Amino acid sequence: MLSTITEKILAKHAGREEVSPGELINASVDFALGNDITAPIAIEAFDQIAAPKVFDPSRIALIADHFVPNKDIQSAEQVMRMRRFARKYDIEHFYEVGKMGIEHALLPEMGLVLPGDLVIGADSHTCTYGALGAFSTGVGSTDLAAAMATGEVWLKVPESIKFVYHGRPQQWVSGKDIILYTIGRIGVDGALYRSMEFTGEAIPFLSMADRLSMCNMAIEAGAKTGIIEPDEITLDYVNPRARRGFSPLKSDPGARYHEVVEIDVSAVGLQVAFPPLPSNSRPVEESGDIEVDQVVIGSCTNGRIEDMRVAAQLLKGHKVHPNVRCLIIPATPSVYKQCNSEGLIDIFLDAEAAVCTPTCGPCLGGHMGILAKGERALATTNRNFVGRMGHPESEVYLAGPAVAAATAIVGKISGPEQILAKTSDRK
Amino acid sequence: MSGRVLLRGKAWQYGDNIDTDAIIPARYLTSSDPKELAKHCMEDADIGFVKKASEGDFIIAGKNFGCGSSREHAPIAIKAAGISCVIAKSFARIFYRNAFNMGLPIFECPEAVDGIGDGDEIQIDLASGTIRNLKSGREFHANPIPPFMQELIDAGGLINYARSRIAKKAGEK
Repeated sequence: MLSTITEKILAKHAGREEVSPGELINASVDFALGNDITAPIAIEAFDQIAAPKVFDPSRIALIADHFVPNKDIQSAEQVMRMRRFARKYDIEHFYEVGKMGIEHALLPEMGLVLPGDLVIGADSHTCTYGALGAFSTGVGSTDLAAAMATGEVWLKVPESIKFVYHGRPQQWVSGKDIILYTIGRIGVDGALYRSMEFTGEAIPFLSMADRLSMCNMAIEAGAKTGIIEPDEITLDYVNPRARRGFSPLKSDPGARYHEVVEIDVSAVGLQVAFPPLPSNSRPVEESGDIEVDQVVIGSCTNGRIEDMRVAAQLLKGHKVHPNVRCLIIPATPSVYKQCNSEGLIDIFLDAEAAVCTPTCGPCLGGHMGILAKGERALATTNRNFVGRMGHPESEVYLAGPAVAAATAIVGKISGPEQILAKTSDRK
Repeated sequence: MSGRVLLRGKAWQYGDNIDTDAIIPARYLTSSDPKELAKHCMEDADIGFVKKASEGDFIIAGKNFGCGSSREHAPIAIKAAGISCVIAKSFARIFYRNAFNMGLPIFECPEAVDGIGDGDEIQIDLASGTIRNLKSGREFHANPIPPFMQELIDAGGLINYARSRIAKKAGEK
């Protein structure tokens, strides 16, 4: 039978020659992760399972990234439960402040999740690692507990939707714009229960950062995962990082798809998704006159060095608009360090943006940038649901780093052209 | 085998794409205590929910219920708020898993969602998936629970299922 990359990875991990969409399988897990919100419930469930040990202490990551640096006593206690569990069971990859980065930026960067892997995480954006050619999906805390105990997970083999991206992306257009456009086309349940396989001649033009952004937001279309076949760009990223062996897999030509969606990337402009759904995307030029109170540049979607460089390129020599608070959050310590050595931190500070330590913080309305009633933010994050960043009557608009930086300077939702025009006026 | 269980209560209606941030906002996730979470159940979708819902009531929703984050706090909050079952046109996949893993009954039944009004008294037969609107007298049939899910429920949820997997593996050694 001809199979998709998703089916091949699942078959391999179920110890089968092949699997078909709709089948329920018990599959072995290469890597499992949880964070300071989901791990405490998983730890409680693990204790109830009463397993003598975890399936493999080197294949579990517990990352305190959501409410850290601990925002209050309760969050400090949640992290303490993780820390105690990590020590008790010798969890090799327990990361907190100092070594911690946002989980979905940190694990690929460290070479802990690899092409051909089956990864589960008690965090919905675990689908990010599909950019490496892994089958990677978000689950609940009890699933994480069962996987930590048994090294296995139950899964329904999903059907796949093939997205074929034609053409070459325009200047400034990033993976974020392409995925916002795609979700706008298919809707927030357009890929419900399915695997979104991103293919086509545009893919080689996309960096790993772009690809990670795209797969990260597959869940916002309801998908089980987003996935991209590994190519040279993937291997150049993975080879120097990999901590263990791996075997990349590819879809067979002629494999069966539930649907094929063709998109001309060269016609996709910079996007903004209006509240309260990521599918409310439209070209930035059509966003009208929308003033914002806050801009957030960071998160598991757009907190990588490539995103920081785009923001710095636009912010250089400018000031953040007096009515705007601009928060820049490099996603991991190494992204932070790289920003520092490239002089980006100086650019951000000179522009009067705040540079924060890695945290998920404002993205989920946790801390470090909560909105008051009636306030409006534009963020490079992944969700714009009601109350996502604070008060239920605040609003979040989603975009990539170019629109975010331009908006911070103009004070209204804007594209980079306005900034570049402004810069050349002054010369 | 699961016996015949009849649940009866009021139905509270919601629209499409009720996300987990609306079911339990992240500002309350510094706790995983079911009682604490129950106090804020559905808060950002309907601030009056906890007040009006009684033990045994139902949540009725449109498509893609529970979309967004993987937080198990969402089904925990719903269960701890006394809701006995959620009926929706469709569920987001992580919410669907979580509900089964922790034993919150859920049914997909678009016809029932369209045929039940806010505040209607309804009755559900959990084993057969038969939903009856006691106000209108109309009856609806939800998609049956897939066999593996039934096995999970019969085992008493994923925790017990995992426990038996470990015992089996220990026996093989």
